[in-house]
Amino acid sequence: MNINSNNFQPNGPRPKHLTIGRIGIYCFIFMCALFFLMPLYVMIVTSLKDMDEIRSGNLLYIPKVLSFYAWPKAWSEACTGFVCEGLKPGLINSIKITVPSVIVSVSLGAINGYALAFWRFKGAYFFFGLCLFGAFIPYQVMVYPLLKIESAIGIYSSLPGIILVHTIFGMPILTLIFRNFYASLPIDLFKAARIDGGNFIKIFFYVIIPMSTPITIVAVILQVTGIWNDFLLGLVFAGRDNQPMTVQLNNIVQVDYGVAEYNVDMAATILTSLVPLFVYFISGRWFVRGIAAGAIKG
Amino acid sequence: MYFLTKNLASKISLLPMIIISLTVFVGCIIYSFIYSLTGSKLIPALNYVGFQQYERLFKSRKWDVAVENIFIYGFVFTIGCLVIGFLLAVLIDQKIRGESLFRTIFLYPYAMSFVVTGLVWKWVLNPTFGLEHSMHLWGFDWFKLDWLVNRELAIYAVCIAAVWQGAGFVMVLMLAGLRGIDEDIWKSLSIEGIPKWRSYLFVILPMIRPMVVTSIVLIAAGVVKVYDLILALTSGGPGYATTTPAMYVMENFFSRANLGQAFAASIIMFISVVCILAPWAYYEFYFRNKEAK
Repeated sequence: MNINSNNFQPNGPRPKHLTIGRIGIYCFIFMCALFFLMPLYVMIVTSLKDMDEIRSGNLLYIPKVLSFYAWPKAWSEACTGFVCEGLKPGLINSIKITVPSVIVSVSLGAINGYALAFWRFKGAYFFFGLCLFGAFIPYQVMVYPLLKIESAIGIYSSLPGIILVHTIFGMPILTLIFRNFYASLPIDLFKAARIDGGNFIKIFFYVIIPMSTPITIVAVILQVTGIWNDFLLGLVFAGRDNQPMTVQLNNIVQVDYGVAEYNVDMAATILTSLVPLFVYFISGRWFVRGIAAGAIKG
Repeated sequence: MYFLTKNLASKISLLPMIIISLTVFVGCIIYSFIYSLTGSKLIPALNYVGFQQYERLFKSRKWDVAVENIFIYGFVFTIGCLVIGFLLAVLIDQKIRGESLFRTIFLYPYAMSFVVTGLVWKWVLNPTFGLEHSMHLWGFDWFKLDWLVNRELAIYAVCIAAVWQGAGFVMVLMLAGLRGIDEDIWKSLSIEGIPKWRSYLFVILPMIRPMVVTSIVLIAAGVVKVYDLILALTSGGPGYATTTPAMYVMENFFSRANLGQAFAASIIMFISVVCILAPWAYYEFYFRNKEAK
């Protein structure tokens, strides 16, 4: 995959006249944009309506009376099962899961990539192959045996447990992108550092890490969005006290009893997607590189 | 001993990867396979029953539905993403104004969680208050959008939500391919007087074949594991009309306490993923390396 930022520049000059054909293109692309924006728009307007208006009014209309009832409720009062604390604990849990998982998995990926690119030993690439193979195994195959391993070492359904799981499942792709990045660095640089007496650790900290900023950004974006959006692993491995936001969101919306409050549901949905959307909007092209690199992930 | 101590730091630093690869990736498959040959129920037990679990699996009506669904979903989702993604990439490639704005709009769903996508579309497609209701209010009384409660159509509702989320990603890949096309090719095509749509379809599309193949593989790899989206959108319903293999596995693991059956189903899932990806991986990593030499 050759996704460089310079590939995204259009070639040649912009056409000067507006012909019928170009008006057609604009119309069509505008319609597509409306289709893509519609769910986001519906989410926002629904979260700002009260239930009467939702029942009687039109889904696609802006609220007649702005109601901010849903937002505080989704944030701190909505019920997930028997606990009615809203999404706030979920947000805190998601942060507690995401931050250490990203740090641990990206560091591990960087060290693996570094060792594989510069310090190859016999058999290293065999294990690297095995590791890559892991990226293609569906989670469902590994969930139960992994659960058994984690309960055997006593970290199942705890914060370290879920962090370990994210580290494991992030490892293949992170190792791959770090290895590929390091393999593209000039080898003479490494040789010079060796001649100057650098060892494994010194070269890593003084030569490699300062050069790793671009690939680290890609890796962090990939991991932050991936881990934040994860549902399955959080559901199985995090345990009741550490359930991430996505799991709590699903619990809030899918309650079997009581009256469904769609405005609260939509407010909760927006709250859950704020972090990845924020990452997306500030990172721009980096995000594209990140997802392109991570698309093969389990 | 020299064999071991040579390059020791590297070996030590790769130890976590080696251990994880062996115990988790390889170990879990072996474990699942062994226990798929047993009659394990609530806890894993080593009472071998041969391939009975697989026989039961293939006779199961629910598994049939799950496999059928994954084929429908895989087909519609892949084709939908490719067609819409390519179309959007071509449109964006027309040197339009506000290009980056449109790109941002088409890609933002990809940043969202599958759970979020599922819940949003569940609301939009809600048969009482959703789009159908809006259309009725506008006077289109014949308009019907009851997909979520319709056994036959529910899986297509899942497809719409998935295409909405994934098409932008294909667009980005295709656009990267289109931007890699040399300007001279466009010049010669326009000198020949070939209409633009034909140039795109018959000249440019074959030229960006690597991007198309990559997109297909990436989409297909995502198809098999679809779980959260369906859980959020339909919970597998109505009835079990939208259940998928991944859901079948999870259900047998965690709510039906039928471990042997779940292991057998997960092994089948694994084999099908390998069948999809092995030819591509072979081409990408082995064949191409050989060509390069």
